[in-house]
Amino acid sequence: MEWLQQLINGISLGSIYALIALGYTMVYGIIKLINFAHGDVFMVGSFIGFYSITVFGLGFFPALIISMAACALFGVIIERIAYKRLRNATRIAALITAIGVSLLIEYGVIYIRGAQPEAYPDVFSNRSFELFGAQISVQSILILSVSVVLMILLQFIVHKTKTGKAMRAVSHDTEAAKLMGINVDNTISATFAIGSALAGAAGVIFGVYYTKIDPLMGVIPGVKAFVAAVLGGIGIIPGAMVGGLVLGVVETIVSALGFSLWRDAAAFVILILILIFRPSGIFGKNTREKV
Amino acid sequence: MKKSKQFWPFIIAAVIVYAVVQFLISNGMMNQFYSNTLIFISINIILAVSLHLVIGITGQFSIGHAGFLAVGAYISAIVTMKLHLPFIVAILVGGIVAALAGLVVGIPSLRLKGDYLAIATLGFAEIIRIVFLNIDAVGGAAGMQVSHLTTWTYAFVCLVITILVIVNFTNSRHGIASISVRENEIASDAMGINTTYYKVIAFSIGSFFAGVAGALYSHNFYIIQPSQFGFLKSFDILIFVVLGGLGSLSGAVLSAILLTVVSTYLQGYPETRMIIYSLVLILVMLYRPKGLMGTMEITDYFKLWRTPKGGGQHGK
Repeated sequence: MEWLQQLINGISLGSIYALIALGYTMVYGIIKLINFAHGDVFMVGSFIGFYSITVFGLGFFPALIISMAACALFGVIIERIAYKRLRNATRIAALITAIGVSLLIEYGVIYIRGAQPEAYPDVFSNRSFELFGAQISVQSILILSVSVVLMILLQFIVHKTKTGKAMRAVSHDTEAAKLMGINVDNTISATFAIGSALAGAAGVIFGVYYTKIDPLMGVIPGVKAFVAAVLGGIGIIPGAMVGGLVLGVVETIVSALGFSLWRDAAAFVILILILIFRPSGIFGKNTREKV
Repeated sequence: MKKSKQFWPFIIAAVIVYAVVQFLISNGMMNQFYSNTLIFISINIILAVSLHLVIGITGQFSIGHAGFLAVGAYISAIVTMKLHLPFIVAILVGGIVAALAGLVVGIPSLRLKGDYLAIATLGFAEIIRIVFLNIDAVGGAAGMQVSHLTTWTYAFVCLVITILVIVNFTNSRHGIASISVRENEIASDAMGINTTYYKVIAFSIGSFFAGVAGALYSHNFYIIQPSQFGFLKSFDILIFVVLGGLGSLSGAVLSAILLTVVSTYLQGYPETRMIIYSLVLILVMLYRPKGLMGTMEITDYFKLWRTPKGGGQHGK
């Protein structure tokens, strides 16, 4: 059952994209900024997880939690230092700043520890079992379940807690939210914290699954996660999850058909098609332009 | 800015600069390192000015300029290395094919605005790069050997032509229409300007000169590889335009010169160079979001000096 195997690989890859895409889509929904540095938060999370496992000898779950906490803090620092004073700047200025922050993180990490890649340690046994003739490793099941748990947790935070309510209010109408007594600055910071924590988790999962990490690893998954967010409808949380999974499955199918060198192009072709034919994404609603 | 007033002084200044440098090179007073740096500066100025037309004049935020650079580089390399035609033909063919690529990319993607356009151009640039990566005839990932044909003369003549064409375009009615698209697209649409037409025109002219720069670039380096034309190259070009001031041609030229010199001296420390670049990008955006020169040109400063009260004519 070759196709079942490929489908599972695709879903595992897609769940990583979905976790990163959630951060993009939440930040875009709330301050209309494409946070280019998000892919690099993912990279930093991966390295924090790596050092927690190798240097401090922690297991997978403690490393995951440390990495998420550190990334949440990191995301808030980025927001406070670089993006906060750009709230009223032009969109282009904000985008260029985000590109600058992204380059600064990448090359800052290279400056500190060098550009050489690291091999992630094995944290799970490499057992696998057969299901309808497909080899399914325990690892991919665990990774998938961690992603699913995190996404359910996110849905809970967004829909059931006060912070989540504030986030939805700010993304709907910042001015009105301010008038209702919501602290917009704190809400935006909370959004960055949650999005970055998810990116950190994705970083650790990516490291465990693909075993090789390096300081520039965030660039391509970052852009692809953005594609996933656009695919699902940017600013819409379930859209990012579906978009990530679709993108992961499509990429895996393209590789499985023997075009593995064209895999990266597939994501961009999807992006351009979706931007041209349905810019609001799968779940998006058409908004009318006001003059 | 009247064309008749500035055209001849510009030509004379260009001829003098060219003659002085050519004299120094042929006399052996300027060694290989410096003449190479000058060629590199010229290529970067062409790139900066061509992107300035797209971002600064027409206001279309493209971050995939390296894609057109790649098209020019590869097509011209094929013309000289496989078809054995002269270099001047290669430059022209590289530019024309890049302009066609600009049309193909621009017509669908320029319907998008702002962030979406930026991401779409980035995606197209990546697709172009992956296409070259997968064509075995141009060497794939290993790259393609190109003979060294770029000289100071070629680089400087291309530079002068680029600046002349873009300045004249900016001052023509088409340029003014493009500026109106930058200032307010809806208003200029309402005034009867075909905004899509001007966006596509500016985009393909920008791509043409990026292709010319690509031809000079590939014949200056002995080897071209798809990895030279990734995201980072696009960002390199972007920072010239942003630092100089969105909408200022002389700003783009000055920052291209400045940053090329800085990065030449930091060649041994690539990480430091990128850290400085990114810090400059962030600090300029935070404290001076219009770039160093804003939309002013150097000639506007001369006017300011002559009329001490400033007058109302600086700026756009």
